[in-house]
Amino acid sequence: AFCGGHGSLDKSITLPPDEIFRNLENAKRFAIDIGGSLTKLAYYSTVQHKVARVRSFDHSGKDIENEPLYEISVQEEITARLHFIKFENTYIETCLDFIKDHLVNTETKVIKATGGGAYKFKDLIEKKLGLKVDKEDVMTCLIKGCNFVLRNIPHEVFAYQKDSDTEFRFQTNHPNIFPYLLVNIGSGVSIVKVETEDKFEWIGGSSIGGGTFWGLGALLTKTKKFDELLQLASKGQHTNVDMLVKDVYGGAYQTLGLSGNLIASSFGKSTTADKEFSKEDMAKSLLHMISNDIGQLACLHAKLHNLDKIYFGGFFIRGHPVTMRTITYSINFFSKGEVQALFLRHEGYLGAIGAFLKGAEQDNPNQYSWGENYAGSSGLMSTSPDVYPMQRTRSGTFDMLEMDRLERPLVNLPLLKDPSAYIPDTVDLTDDAMARKYWLTCFEEALDGVAKRAAASQPDSVDALERAEKFRQKYWNKLQTLRQQPFAYGTLTVRSLLDTREHCLNEFNFPDPYSKVKQKENGIALKCFQSVIESLDSLGWEERQFALVKGLLAGNVFDWGAKAVSDVLESEPQFGFEEAKSKLQGIGRSVVEGPPHKCALIFADNSGIDIILGVFPFVRELLSRGTEVILACNSGPALNDVTYSESLIVTERIAAMDPVIQSALREEKLLLVQTGSSSPCLDLSRLDKGLAVLVRERKTDLVIIEGMGRAIHTNYYAALKCESLKLAVIKNSWLADRLGGKIFSVIFKYEVPCK
Amino acid sequence: MPAFIQMGSEKHFSSLHTTLCATGGGAYKFEQDFRTMGDLQLCKLDELDCLIKGVLYIDSVGFNGHSECYYFENPTDAERCQKLPFNLENPYPLLLVNIGSGVSILAVYSKENYKRVTGTSLGGGTFFGLCCLLTGCSTFEEALEMASHGDSTKVDKLVRDIYGGDYERFGLPGWAVASSFGNMMSKEKRESVSKEDLAKATLITITNNIGSIARMCALNENINRVVFVGNFLRINTISMRLLAYALDYWSKGQLKALFLEHE
Repeated sequence: AFCGGHGSLDKSITLPPDEIFRNLENAKRFAIDIGGSLTKLAYYSTVQHKVARVRSFDHSGKDIENEPLYEISVQEEITARLHFIKFENTYIETCLDFIKDHLVNTETKVIKATGGGAYKFKDLIEKKLGLKVDKEDVMTCLIKGCNFVLRNIPHEVFAYQKDSDTEFRFQTNHPNIFPYLLVNIGSGVSIVKVETEDKFEWIGGSSIGGGTFWGLGALLTKTKKFDELLQLASKGQHTNVDMLVKDVYGGAYQTLGLSGNLIASSFGKSTTADKEFSKEDMAKSLLHMISNDIGQLACLHAKLHNLDKIYFGGFFIRGHPVTMRTITYSINFFSKGEVQALFLRHEGYLGAIGAFLKGAEQDNPNQYSWGENYAGSSGLMSTSPDVYPMQRTRSGTFDMLEMDRLERPLVNLPLLKDPSAYIPDTVDLTDDAMARKYWLTCFEEALDGVAKRAAASQPDSVDALERAEKFRQKYWNKLQTLRQQPFAYGTLTVRSLLDTREHCLNEFNFPDPYSKVKQKENGIALKCFQSVIESLDSLGWEERQFALVKGLLAGNVFDWGAKAVSDVLESEPQFGFEEAKSKLQGIGRSVVEGPPHKCALIFADNSGIDIILGVFPFVRELLSRGTEVILACNSGPALNDVTYSESLIVTERIAAMDPVIQSALREEKLLLVQTGSSSPCLDLSRLDKGLAVLVRERKTDLVIIEGMGRAIHTNYYAALKCESLKLAVIKNSWLADRLGGKIFSVIFKYEVPCK
Repeated sequence: MPAFIQMGSEKHFSSLHTTLCATGGGAYKFEQDFRTMGDLQLCKLDELDCLIKGVLYIDSVGFNGHSECYYFENPTDAERCQKLPFNLENPYPLLLVNIGSGVSILAVYSKENYKRVTGTSLGGGTFFGLCCLLTGCSTFEEALEMASHGDSTKVDKLVRDIYGGDYERFGLPGWAVASSFGNMMSKEKRESVSKEDLAKATLITITNNIGSIARMCALNENINRVVFVGNFLRINTISMRLLAYALDYWSKGQLKALFLEHE
């Protein structure tokens, strides 16, 4: 039961353990950032989850004919995860008690603390948790946290865009984040220039900040709460209170080009008016006065230091679209559009992240790459009353962020033409309302089927049905959140919808629902391999090229991810390769002419027929022409996409049947790598470092991307430095329509970079 | 204004047949009224042009043998504060900050060459306007009088209120204001301050802000002399001295605040 006492520490809310403070047992490295009204807690913990692993069988003395291709085993794996939770200070005692009750690990002795409240609550924390409080400087934590999110969270940064369907426009993370200006608007304003990871300098500030708005606002309007003041401001007309240029000049100040509507003197009408002003008008005037002043000062500093990007943070900004709007306007005005006002999705967590990093320095978190776990993270402004007024439930007062540590560092593909301009996604669903409605509905409709398949993939498990239902519920809720707030996790794309689904499946221990299906299909396809090769080898050169491409595309039709195909596959079990070839419509001519390439990088898509009967014959042809091949497959499973470990086994089996492949492997002309991704889509700015290194070493000059996920939903417009080929069959009628074709139409995009 | 024009009409100003030069925004706003009500034709002149010509002229003729232009030595020391003359013979380049209802900041490179660098809407009109709303005063003089008796540190949150002293990491002294009106976030404190304290805080806030903006402009334009003029500074020694001190302190002595007797 909830019983809040006004101003007193709430003692009796119950916290569901799966939802809020997760994975506490092994939590270590605590950090806490206590602000004026909100507390942010950070901890590092390990998560146990199931992973499907494949392994070759030991064949000695066994019946090879009837045995499955490889062994699938489900194992427990441990990943490291950072948890960040935000809640109001009133709940602090309850939360500390909860943590103490669930914490098992006793190694941790210290908790890093920052923020003004660190002083006030020090004794309480030490008493409740039995940890020593180690205070860290707030600005240092803020900057460290800022650097971390800028580097590791895609779609962290956004700008406010007026007159747009959704007002937030997310930016691609620039590979080099320094130098930048950070303006923190709390009670006062601090302006910090950040030059490197460890080098930052306070270059200026202002005493006119959030405290001024709150203090003066309270005095003028008798409104006590900050949020209420903003509500008033959003309804006011500042022109009743401010003296405008037209009040002085009767119109514009022509000689200087100052518009008549500009504010000449804030609160300037107060001196001449006989009547009283409304609270709303005064609040609005105050908001403009303060935002304009901060914007002006920020621009003056940016100009002095030659910077064109300013990140804003602090309680004045956090979760308040109206202040983001006024600040953006001010920056645009004073810099004449040359400087950009930017905001951070996880702005409220910066201090906690920084404090945590300070405590975790020994583990060197910056050497790893991190990814946001969509299943466990709340969306942007999930607790903001302006944006989400319906959010009155208890769990709405808690906001979470979870970051998983990735096993391997991720980097840009060296062949990207302009890494700072690369946007993986083809359609921005935050912007395109019609597309958004279509895809959200599409994913909603497919959900039951996905949940059923997940449950069916673990027939020996007692709680599979239960977990599948939990998965269904969780993903459903995410989709509803995205309907209300498309910007909740950054730019909304088909990729983010697919990835969120995968995260949710993993969450409920369905790491690879298609593992058995893939295994079966790989087995069947391998049996046909030799006959396919024989028929290809018997063709003339030109005919063979055409057949290879057709085969590649036909193989790609076999994708469980696409509803149209899974419908057919489920109803016609005999549907084979040859039938697929004939179903394709409108294939364009494609002959790869000219001298052979030095090295081709192929991003594979599906398991089974696609990789074995489509990709491998193509690979074989490339190898016979003297081109080296790097075959890149997913690090982790997604739908029925082939994984790196599966590719190793498949290649081994093919090599046993085919001398071309065998010798290529031996001479290291055919190389198998993992992409670093566990998604059906492909982000070329976050690839496994090993792949990048190999691409450079082997002087890759041809990139082939196959499949709807990797070549259409993402990378359709990607520009590379070398030649590229994007191939896919469109298996979605809406998308086919959008792109001007029919379902099962083919995309064959061959691009040569202009010199 | 209408009463004034009416008076002009009654006194037959239009029969004087001299050019009536007018400047300021009102020259444009009321031009029509002058013509229709008072039968007077205005020769409109840009206010900034006039401002600069005025400054240069008045300095050249001096003030009863004294220098028109001066600065403050030891501005914050009540006992030792002194007004000292400043020679503006070679004035260029100069940053001119005109504080009326609003503020305009000009960079002057020569008699004919100047540009308006920027302006701010937080000016004299804001000080007066906010004071009226917060204290119920009705004239500028009354507002200044109240301010002279107030203690702004009760209203503002200082660095030492947050950090217990100086914030060394950023080189911020404990006495610096961290958040103007910051103490007013608390209900108790709101109830314990006087009208005088509020007036003083308003004066300090507006003045410091103008000083900050002026300082940043001076840095960006590479000018080290800043002349403050305008009606806001009329009989307002508190603001003048504060501007003098702030400019000197935050620029580490690189910038000099200058004033004119007839601002």
